[in-house]
Amino acid sequence: MRIKIALAGNPNSGKTTLFNALTGSNQFVGNWPGVTVEKKEGGLKGHKDVTLTDLPGIYSLSPYTLEEVVARNYLLKEKPDAILNIVDGTNLERNLYLTTQLLELGIPVVVAVNMMDVVNKNGDKIHVKKLAEELGCEVVEISALKGTGIKEAANRAVALAEQKKAMKSVHTFSSRIEEALNAIEAKLPDSVPEEQRRFFAIKLFERDDKVKEQLKPVPDVEDIVTAAEEELDDDSESIITNERYTFISSIITDCYTKKSKNKQTISDKIDRIVTNRWLALPIFAVVMFVVYFVSVTTVGTILTDWTNDGLFGDGWHLLDIGAAEYADASDAYSLERTKIDAYLAAAEESGIDVEAVTEALDPETENPDASAVTAFEEEAAAAGIEGTAEIYNDEGEIEETFPVSLEDFQTAAQAEEPDPANYGVWVPGLPGLIKSGLESINCAPWLEGLILDGIVAGVGAVLGFVPQMLVLFIFLAFLESCGYMARIAFIMDRIFRKFGLSGKSFIPMLIGTGCGIPGVMASRTIENERDRRMTIMTTTFIPCGAKLPIIALIAGALFHNAWWVAPSAYFVGIAAIVVSGIILKKTKMFSGEPAPFVMELPAYHWPTVGNVLRSMWERGWSFIKKAGTVILLSTIFIWFVSNFGVVDGQFQMVEDLSDGLLAVIGRFIAPIFSPLGWGEWRASVAAITGLVAKENVVGTFGILYGFAEVAENGWEIWGTLSSSFTGLSAYSFLVFNLLCAPCFAAMGAIKREMNSAKWFWFAIGYQTIFAYLVSMCVYQIGMLVTAGSFGVATVISLIVLVAFFYLLFRPYKESQRLEKEVRV
Amino acid sequence: MNTLREAKVGQNLRVVKIHGDGAVKRRIMDMGITKGIELHVRKVAPLGDPVEVTVRNYELTIRRSDAEIIQTEVV
Repeated sequence: MRIKIALAGNPNSGKTTLFNALTGSNQFVGNWPGVTVEKKEGGLKGHKDVTLTDLPGIYSLSPYTLEEVVARNYLLKEKPDAILNIVDGTNLERNLYLTTQLLELGIPVVVAVNMMDVVNKNGDKIHVKKLAEELGCEVVEISALKGTGIKEAANRAVALAEQKKAMKSVHTFSSRIEEALNAIEAKLPDSVPEEQRRFFAIKLFERDDKVKEQLKPVPDVEDIVTAAEEELDDDSESIITNERYTFISSIITDCYTKKSKNKQTISDKIDRIVTNRWLALPIFAVVMFVVYFVSVTTVGTILTDWTNDGLFGDGWHLLDIGAAEYADASDAYSLERTKIDAYLAAAEESGIDVEAVTEALDPETENPDASAVTAFEEEAAAAGIEGTAEIYNDEGEIEETFPVSLEDFQTAAQAEEPDPANYGVWVPGLPGLIKSGLESINCAPWLEGLILDGIVAGVGAVLGFVPQMLVLFIFLAFLESCGYMARIAFIMDRIFRKFGLSGKSFIPMLIGTGCGIPGVMASRTIENERDRRMTIMTTTFIPCGAKLPIIALIAGALFHNAWWVAPSAYFVGIAAIVVSGIILKKTKMFSGEPAPFVMELPAYHWPTVGNVLRSMWERGWSFIKKAGTVILLSTIFIWFVSNFGVVDGQFQMVEDLSDGLLAVIGRFIAPIFSPLGWGEWRASVAAITGLVAKENVVGTFGILYGFAEVAENGWEIWGTLSSSFTGLSAYSFLVFNLLCAPCFAAMGAIKREMNSAKWFWFAIGYQTIFAYLVSMCVYQIGMLVTAGSFGVATVISLIVLVAFFYLLFRPYKESQRLEKEVRV
Repeated sequence: MNTLREAKVGQNLRVVKIHGDGAVKRRIMDMGITKGIELHVRKVAPLGDPVEVTVRNYELTIRRSDAEIIQTEVV
């Protein structure tokens, strides 16, 4: 039979380091059932038949926090054969508090006193023998960081586990309490095993509601408890807690000799500066700037561009060799193309048929017809055509105009498109390689499309964000394990707690301005499940980089690039977070978990490279594994509905997006968006393709309005767009796309972090309905104010608005008990 | 009644009694703030809340609104 050993200890006690050192790469990461609390298990190195389970880091076995309930349920129901309790030797008093509780479970305990290297360096002394005597269990000195003593600690735990002898707690409470406990023990049902009777008696004495659920029948001990409470003038829970600390204080002087008092440690000195009243915010801003600058702006963008445009795109120039030369050649070539287009346009205006020559000069055309070009040139020469080329800037304004003569046209027609492979060291991208492979085996076009535009693009969408994410995760792991993350919560708590968020929600939101996917993944650093879920749900409201083109499109097309459009988008995003935080905090789904902010600020220390890298990899891998499927399947689905449709009564692959199934879907759902002011099918289709990636909204509009390709801000279609939208409907469209369900990759991240189908759909549903209602209110109330129009939708919007305010301002009381069920 | 809520930076306080009940009280006591223990008010966050106290040789941060239930006296 396999031996099960549980690893228990306070947060920041070095538990993760010890767990990694004891199990090596032999780990399995999952979640505790039904909750987002991470569960790690691993085979103990050197012992084939021993499983080590890493319990959540906890301070107590109270019934109030999810982690603590998860841990105690595991200990009571799974009954591991031994507990390896790691305690921080530099902070013995508080760490032993958990130990006193673990000792009552009837499971053999080995206490591993960690950070002995630091204790010794400080000149302090821990009398291990004495401590073992007082606690009534084995005690080993270790340093998880240096790896000393950990083998011995593990071996002792295994030896104890093999003996299978129940543990008897030696520590006793005062006689008055012991009396009460004995009376309660006598009343316990027989089904409670001998070794757990004391634990249950204590919990019943504390009026622990979670333990009551596990007892059948629940003995009535109220008289005993009230009598003791009256005599000792305190509530039973506090009596027990007090007694535990009194016990610890009584043994600590014998077990722990401190060399000098009140000496400032290095950690204290760092903290005096880092969380200084005046310096804290500037330092915080600098740290955040560095995190953002590296993981989003510079290294992150380079990596994301490389994976998206290089590895999963056309290809890339190795080490950028030849990239600049290619860019020059490419620019020169596009100038020639502009000349050709200008000349052809001029010719067409004077009535010359340019169809044949256009096709002949199209670089995509195979075996171009050279005679068509010659024929056109003769005709143009006869008519004396002179063209005018216009160079546009990014805003769609004319930057430069120059004449194009026939001679210019002839030279331009000779220009050949530069091949990047001829410049420097060119590495072709995966799609290109796969494409030539598929072509060589004469693959059917639809299958080629499925593989390239469906599967490979989907995999690219999954993996495209991973490198950037890994960079961010290195930072997060570093900030967490060095101790600064706890200070971020300390510094930012005041602002965020009002919206049901944690001070640590700042990082996900900040990263979310670059890309929501790593933003959502960054919420992992928030311990409290309620705060974490709230952060996951609201992070993608912040306009990410991919939403900027939509903002640029709307601002350019309808608002003459007014300065206020972009800032207002961020304002809408932040307002959505604040409003959602306040509204959701008061709902039943969120109010069931008390979250007192009573938090340890751990001492600063230098994290190990191994731990940082391991944490980075675990998070990155879990994104690929858990989010990958969703992203892949949805990308394939959108590819399918965009490329297939019924034409001439036959189901087939379509060339034109407006013939595809997606357009059918768009036409079908468009009326839903009529109250939002944009019940036009093209807008619906654009919003749907935005789910693949938000920047697609612009490209889709371009395609639907007949452009093969448009600039990032889509200036080519500004004119068309302004005729089919009004300012209000365009703004409503913008708001909807900013707030609604994010792209599939971000949805995958949300699914991963929520780790529950129910919560995933709740998040996506909330975001989309919220976006719908906000856009509707913007449009309808805007119409009421500007045009005085009034209808059913106006009435509904006003009702929605009133409901918003009600939900926002209704009274609310923080829960005092953990109301959710925790399965085992 | 003096509570930790009104504490000033640099004060040394002794805990007289912890009021209230439920999750917040238990959490505060679990973290080692018990009757009779001495606290050193070490710092206030830049935005004025929460506060940081030294208790049982380690650093603990607590919101003023939660600290309200901790009745203290100046040592």
